Amino acid sequence: MSAFLSYVVHGIAVGCGFALLASGLIIIYRVTRVVNLAQGTFSVFAGFTAATLLGAGLPHVVAELAATIAAGVLGLLIGLVAIGKPGTSPQASLIVTLGVGIFAYALEILFWGDQPRSFAGVEGSQELFGHEFPFQYGLVIAVTLVVFGLLEAFFEYTYWGKALTACASNPYAAKLVGIRIIRMGLFAFGLGGALGGTAGVLLTPLSPMSYDSDLILFVNGFASAILAGLKRPLFALGGGVVLGVAQSLVAGYAKASYQSALALLLTLAILVVQGARRPALEEPE
Amino acid sequence: MNAIEVNHLCVRYGSAVALDGVSLAVAAGEMVALVGSNGAGKTTLLDALSGVIKRDSGEVKILGRWAHVPEGRQLFPDLTVDDNLRLGAFRTGDRDTAWAYRLLPELERTRKQAAGSLSGGQQQMVAIARALMSRPDVLALDEMSLGLAPIIVQSLARILRDLNRERGLTVLLVEQSVRLAFSLCTRAYVLETGRVVASGTTAELAESPFVENAYLGKPDAAS
Repeated sequence: MSAFLSYVVHGIAVGCGFALLASGLIIIYRVTRVVNLAQGTFSVFAGFTAATLLGAGLPHVVAELAATIAAGVLGLLIGLVAIGKPGTSPQASLIVTLGVGIFAYALEILFWGDQPRSFAGVEGSQELFGHEFPFQYGLVIAVTLVVFGLLEAFFEYTYWGKALTACASNPYAAKLVGIRIIRMGLFAFGLGGALGGTAGVLLTPLSPMSYDSDLILFVNGFASAILAGLKRPLFALGGGVVLGVAQSLVAGYAKASYQSALALLLTLAILVVQGARRPALEEPE
Repeated sequence: MNAIEVNHLCVRYGSAVALDGVSLAVAAGEMVALVGSNGAGKTTLLDALSGVIKRDSGEVKILGRWAHVPEGRQLFPDLTVDDNLRLGAFRTGDRDTAWAYRLLPELERTRKQAAGSLSGGQQQMVAIARALMSRPDVLALDEMSLGLAPIIVQSLARILRDLNRERGLTVLLVEQSVRLAFSLCTRAYVLETGRVVASGTTAELAESPFVENAYLGKPDAAS
C-alpha cells in the first residue's frame, strides 16, 4: 500500500510536468493547427538555462523564472520560423518545427555539451507511511495548479484570451473582425514556450535533462494532450496526471522501460478509437 | 461620393478565375444589392473587399470603416453572445455592448448564452450585431436571409433599413432571394461567373426579361 502511494505521488508530480507541456501543445495547436514537434525543446532549453544561471550564482526562483521567460522567447522565435510567413500550411509548419527541434540538438550540444544536466530543487522531504516524499514533488504540483489557474483565468476573463479562443474556433470570422491570426499564432507559440519551459525547470531537479530528452517529453506531452482531446488546456491537467500515474505504476510494478511504450500505446489507442468514431466522410470546414 | 469603389478586380483560386475584372461603385448612404447564381463570385467579392483573400489585380477603395456579416453567420460558437459582440470591436477597442443591445433588444436576454446554442435567427442577429460593434460606415451582408423564417427576415430587413435611414449606413447586400434584395435596395449588380453582367436600379432590373427569367421566377416573361 505504501509503495502504491509513493508511485501515485511520483506519478502525479511527473504528470503535472506532462500536463504543462501538453497545455502548450494544445494552445499552439488550437490557434495555429500546428502540432509543435519542438515542444519538448522548450523544456530542455529551460532546464539547461536554469542550471547555467544557478551555476552563475543567480538565486532560485529568479533563475527559474528567467529560464521560463527565455523559453517563451524561444517559442516566439520558433513560431516566427514556423508560421511567420503568410500562407504557410500547418503541414509545412509541422515539418519546420521538426527541423527546428533537431537543429536545437546541435545548439544545445554546442553550448552545454552532450552530458545530462540537473540542478537541486527544493531540498528535503517528508516521510509518510515509511516512504520519503521529496518537497520538490509538492513544488511541482503547487506551481502546476497555480499555472493552470492563471491559464483558465486568462482564457475565461481576458480579451486576449477570448481572441485566442476566437482564432481557434473560427479563424475566418476572427480575420473578419480584424484579429491578426499570425500575431495570435506567435503569441500562442510564446505562451506554449513558457509552459514547456515551466515543465522543464520543474522536472529537471527530479530527473536530469539531456539534449535529447525533448523526444520523450514530447511523446508524453502529446499523449497527455491527446488524452485531453486536444481541446481545453485545463483538460491536459487530467490527461497528464492520468498518464503520469499510469506510467509510475507500470514502472513500479512491472518495468521502467515500459513507461514510454505505455504513452505511445495510449496515444495509439485513443487515436484509433477517435478515428473509428469519426464518420468516413466529413463536411469540409 | 462613393463609399465603395471597385475597379477591374480579379481574383483567382489556382487556375480557376473567381472574379474576372469586376467593377462597381456604391455611393455613401446607398443600399445596393449584389445578386447572382451559386458560384457567381459574390462571396469571393466580399472576401476580397474584406481583405481575407488575396486580390490578384484591380483596385478597391472603401471610404470609412467596413464590416462584413459573412455567409453562414460564422460566429464563435463556444463564446457567449456578449464575447462575440465584444470581439466585433477588435479594431476600434470600444467594447461597450449596450448600444448593440439597444439596437437589437431581442439579444439582450441571450447575452450570457453560448452563441452556438442560439436559433438561426438569433445567430444572424448576433452576426449583424458583431459587425455593427466595429461602428462601420459600410456594411456588407452575405446571404442574410438564408435558412431563416420570413418573419425573422422581415425584422432583419427593418433593422437594416433603419440603420441606413437613421445613421446613413451604406449597405452592400448579397442575396439569393432577389425579391428581398430588390425590395430593400435601390440599385443592384448581377454577377455571373465572376463578371458583372447587368446593373441598374432595382426597378429597371426587375423589368428586364433577363433578370425576371433567371432570378424572379417568371419564365414566361422571357418568351
